[in-house]
Amino acid sequence: MPVKKPAGTPIKHYGSLGSRVFDALNLVVLGGLALVTVLPLLYVVAGSFASESEISTRPFFLWPERFVTSTYAYIFANDTMLRALLTTVAVTAVGTVVQVALTFTMAYPLSKRYLPGRTLVLNLVVFTLVFGGGLVPTYLVVRDLGLLDSYWALILPLAINPFYLIIVKSFFQELPQALEEAARIDGCNEMGVFFKIVLPLSKPIIATFSLFYAVGIWNDYMSPLLYIKDNDKWTLQVLVRQLTSPDAANAISALDTVFFPAKGLMFAVVVIATLPILLFYPFLQKHFAKGVLIGSVKE
Amino acid sequence: MATDLASPVTEAAPERRRDGSGRVPLRAALRRYRWLYVMLLPGLAYFAIFRYLPMYGLTIAFQDFVPFSGYSGSPWVGLKHFEALFTGPDFGRLLFNTLFLALLTALFVFPAPIVVALLLNEVRVSAYKRYVQSLIYIPHFLSWTIVFSLTYLLFAVDFGVIAGWIHSLSGGGPLVDYMARPEWFRPLVILQLLWKTSGWGTIIYLAALAGVDPNLYEAARMDGAGRWRQFWHVTLPAIRPTIVVMAILTSGNLLDQSFEQIWLLTNSLNRSTAEVFDTFVYYVGIAGAGYSYATAVGLFKGVAGVVLIFGANWLAKRLGQRGLF
Repeated sequence: MPVKKPAGTPIKHYGSLGSRVFDALNLVVLGGLALVTVLPLLYVVAGSFASESEISTRPFFLWPERFVTSTYAYIFANDTMLRALLTTVAVTAVGTVVQVALTFTMAYPLSKRYLPGRTLVLNLVVFTLVFGGGLVPTYLVVRDLGLLDSYWALILPLAINPFYLIIVKSFFQELPQALEEAARIDGCNEMGVFFKIVLPLSKPIIATFSLFYAVGIWNDYMSPLLYIKDNDKWTLQVLVRQLTSPDAANAISALDTVFFPAKGLMFAVVVIATLPILLFYPFLQKHFAKGVLIGSVKE
Repeated sequence: MATDLASPVTEAAPERRRDGSGRVPLRAALRRYRWLYVMLLPGLAYFAIFRYLPMYGLTIAFQDFVPFSGYSGSPWVGLKHFEALFTGPDFGRLLFNTLFLALLTALFVFPAPIVVALLLNEVRVSAYKRYVQSLIYIPHFLSWTIVFSLTYLLFAVDFGVIAGWIHSLSGGGPLVDYMARPEWFRPLVILQLLWKTSGWGTIIYLAALAGVDPNLYEAARMDGAGRWRQFWHVTLPAIRPTIVVMAILTSGNLLDQSFEQIWLLTNSLNRSTAEVFDTFVYYVGIAGAGYSYATAVGLFKGVAGVVLIFGANWLAKRLGQRGLF
């Protein structure tokens, strides 16, 4: 674009030396940030395939000298580990379905501006964003319901995220009303409209919020910490915590380390708890970014 | 309070709107919209049981709660627990630890995504930009447990990679157990937060930056603005509203450190610097079964949080910015 410069030295903005030096530095800095982000993860993967002695002696590596799979063999022969994995997968699956079902069925009536009482309910929902009963009263409710040591305690107390509910409600409000009207004229009741018209139109946003909720349950450490005391009901996150802590390291190293890969175990369990997230990462990135932006635009 | 966070878009069909504007008798409304109300029920039950019942449960902060006697049978003690909190030895330490962490977060963690977003915005090789973004978003999806374990594996006194590097760079000397030393607790918290949040946090700023009208840059160039001046006079003002909104949200959560993060990093050796209101409530209330005292502490924190978010919003409006509500 030809630009008429004011009198004085001509400025070639993007081609000037300073500008090019900045560009180069910028690429280096950002590349460095990306490396700092992923190197710990790559190291943990490499460590999970390394021998005990290699972990102790080699300072940093991305490829083990000797490729060892015995750590994983140990893990997958271990009941506690397998049970935790299965528990977490099951709780995440069931929990996601429950949470998405509850969120979407509640969001739909709230999206109808003509529904009497809607404003009151919305106000009650928004209020929970600013204020809540807190840790102990919530714990007491869960306990009084007899949900301690029940998997439902990992799902029900978090069944509806008020933020997600409001976002889904806003999404429903933007759906074209003509289709819904047509279905009503054809004799559908509101429930029929919801299942036959609205939900099929909402597939992408259902996918987005399923991922939101699934990651939330998979990563949840606080709920099992609060509500699960039975060792047999540990989730993966609890197991990760139990195995990788200074206390655990001391306890484990007291055991026979010839047959027990104490350090490798820490690396491997982190890998196992992270792997599903990384496998789904391409979807997560796409959907989450969208979700963040829907949320921000609506606020 | 904002009742409708959505922008007004599609209105209901006209004949429906007539119903909404006038008052419909409750019974008629219940009959006409019975399916909508049926759909509302499960969600209402959830909010009643898991959100509002605990708020009723806050009354135990004014009681000496005995689980056996329940909410109604436990003796009322007025403000005893609040007095104990404000005059006891814990309050000063908890407040200091909480506020110090909040201050460090505001100084180091809050600006990080803004800086990264601005740097990303200057990258003109879009493939490189996307590649960097994909990588720095990853930690957002990892649990605090994983972040803690990574920290431990890197900083463990006997085999931690980073611990080893620092040790050899500093030329020997005694090994430092970073995970256990109270003075290393805060730096570790900030490092974890930077690693986990500064990539993902850029999204909201990048969206704001993408919305800048290219004509503004064009006009700035016409006026002879170099790259720096374009940045200063176009880019920065464009994301200022976003920064203000994020600042309000952050100040509302000033007292809300991530429970999981702090809890995982806390151990018997660093408790003096590590303990904040949230972890204290768990420690006293759940682990120690001191229900009433812990609830009082939690209630104090909750109310302070509400005051903070409304205060920040008011301040933002006073400064001529658009607030949240």
